[in-house]
Amino acid sequence: MDPIRIEGLNFAYGEGDLRRPVLRDVSLTVHAGEVVLLTGPSGSGKTTLLTLIGALRGMQDGSCRVLGREMLGASERDRVALRRRIGFIFQNHNLLGFLTARQNVAMALEIEAGMPERERLDRAGAMLAAVGLAGHEDKTPAKLSGGQRQRVAIARALVAEPGLVLADEPTAALDKVSGGEVVHLLRDLAKSRGTAILMVTHDPRILDIADRIVTMEDGRIVEAANAA
Amino acid sequence: MNVVTKPTLLPWAPENTGDAAPAAEAPPPRRRPGPVSALLLPARLAWRQLRAERARLFSAIAGVMFAAVLVFMQLGFRSALFDSATRLLAAMDAEIFLMNPLTTASFRPEPLPRIRAHQALALPEVAQAVPVYMTQATWRNPQDGSRRMIQMIGFDVEAGAMHFEGLDAIVPALRRIDAVGFDTRSRPEFGNVSQLFAEQGPFPVQVGNRMVEMVGLVTIGPSFGADGNLVMSEVNFRRMVPVRQASNTDLVAIRLRPGADIAAAQQRLREILPPDVMVMTHAELVAHERHYWETATPIGFIFAFGSVMGLIVGMVIVYQILFSDIANHLREYATLKAIGYSNGYLSRVVMAATLILAVIGFLPGAALCVWLYDVVAGATFLPLTMTIERASMVFGLIFGMCAVAGLLAMRKLRDASPADMF
Repeated sequence: MDPIRIEGLNFAYGEGDLRRPVLRDVSLTVHAGEVVLLTGPSGSGKTTLLTLIGALRGMQDGSCRVLGREMLGASERDRVALRRRIGFIFQNHNLLGFLTARQNVAMALEIEAGMPERERLDRAGAMLAAVGLAGHEDKTPAKLSGGQRQRVAIARALVAEPGLVLADEPTAALDKVSGGEVVHLLRDLAKSRGTAILMVTHDPRILDIADRIVTMEDGRIVEAANAA
Repeated sequence: MNVVTKPTLLPWAPENTGDAAPAAEAPPPRRRPGPVSALLLPARLAWRQLRAERARLFSAIAGVMFAAVLVFMQLGFRSALFDSATRLLAAMDAEIFLMNPLTTASFRPEPLPRIRAHQALALPEVAQAVPVYMTQATWRNPQDGSRRMIQMIGFDVEAGAMHFEGLDAIVPALRRIDAVGFDTRSRPEFGNVSQLFAEQGPFPVQVGNRMVEMVGLVTIGPSFGADGNLVMSEVNFRRMVPVRQASNTDLVAIRLRPGADIAAAQQRLREILPPDVMVMTHAELVAHERHYWETATPIGFIFAFGSVMGLIVGMVIVYQILFSDIANHLREYATLKAIGYSNGYLSRVVMAATLILAVIGFLPGAALCVWLYDVVAGATFLPLTMTIERASMVFGLIFGMCAVAGLLAMRKLRDASPADMF
């Protein structure tokens, strides 16, 4: 089974006369371990699609199975449960400013209170080492560079061993070099775990990490190209 | 270096994609979170967040402290005033009392027939029945001549029915004609009688229209109804207040023989005495007096109102701080929601923050009040002391105040929408 299987998905904002469709008959499948980039002009519906897949928004029409769960008609409770199995990476790092890097990463493990504190911190520390931040574990985000913060965010997204990573413009706030480093790191880590990635991006500099590039326009998928 | 990954890593890892665990329960069977960690983890997060912004934390603590001090002072005054109002009656050492049913407060007693005291002696378990006379008269300040109302208490000084500090030592002197004992804790407007007495011994003073002799000091303390007290023998009371009928008294203190059953004696007294007297135990007498001050005067209401104001102000402060805290961290809260934290979990974080504030604001507030009570007691002669009951009651109120503020602030959490994070 594939981590993402979308068929005939429609979505619109607003009601009545103000109703404005943003996704029309979208069908998309992401296979296990695949890195898929979603591109397209602003307003083409990429981000809306990402929030629907990430269970951050309720579905309206069509079918969207994420990690084996149908999102159409899913309750808030189901969606919260599903979000725990997805790793999210945002445009901005969105780390908690009052926590250290290690504590921020451990937050992704704290949802399930069953894990002992030691194990949480150990796993967070190991994950930070894996993103190349060994020695920076006890710094707060304010003391890290932009690229380092985004790496902490990657560690937070991956530490709970998600079945799927969703990323929205993860390089938007980074310069070319650190942006490239960050997405390559993300790709390598995800590949080594067999985790699929769906990444929304405008950034032509990082297209090389993709297995497949999907282009959207005006709420439809217009082109699905296999990357080199 | 890559220690995190499990050793048996497949290129296609079923546990990672969720394929192996179809529609059923999402998380693999992990230990259920215990109730302790379900509360402890949010509390720890709340504490870390509070700790990160010192200035805000201190203003929140100051707000809670302010409310605690205000409520402590209001409740302290309230109970001090009630305690002082009943201090005279509380110092009486007898098991049962007779009083006119129309008497509402001891500073304004309705008379009852003195014969009831003699009738009470009919019961074998009654050892003594001591008539007590109470009225107010003007006292002329021996130093500057000003006049002021003072409470006079007349009783058989040898019966031992009164437990005023220092009374036993001056009983022989009080037996003399026109002799009175002065309450050293009376307000200073009556003159510095203690010092005068220490310097020159007994001296004449004017009470009402009569010159009497001040022969000694006792310790009782002022109350609402009386700024000062004078004690004297029954005979001297009659001399000084000649308008009173000799057949009437104001209160009868009944002392039982050792080992007698108070409730049974009270019941039998009710049976043998006509209904023109109330038969009360000591506790009932004190409660009756207290009831008057609580209900027939605005005192109880005023202080309750003051306490409520303090709680409201404290609540607004705490609410403001929590609210702006959430508003400033909306992105962080939305992120936590996006990565799978439920609304309930984040609500617990906010609640934990309020309760932490309640505790760390209350403790310094209570400590400050212990000191303030001392200061105020010294200035007003009112019995202000910190009791465990009051401390726990105020803590309960502060706790409730913070909880309400937290519940109000929590509504702001709804604005943290994870869908807006992308």
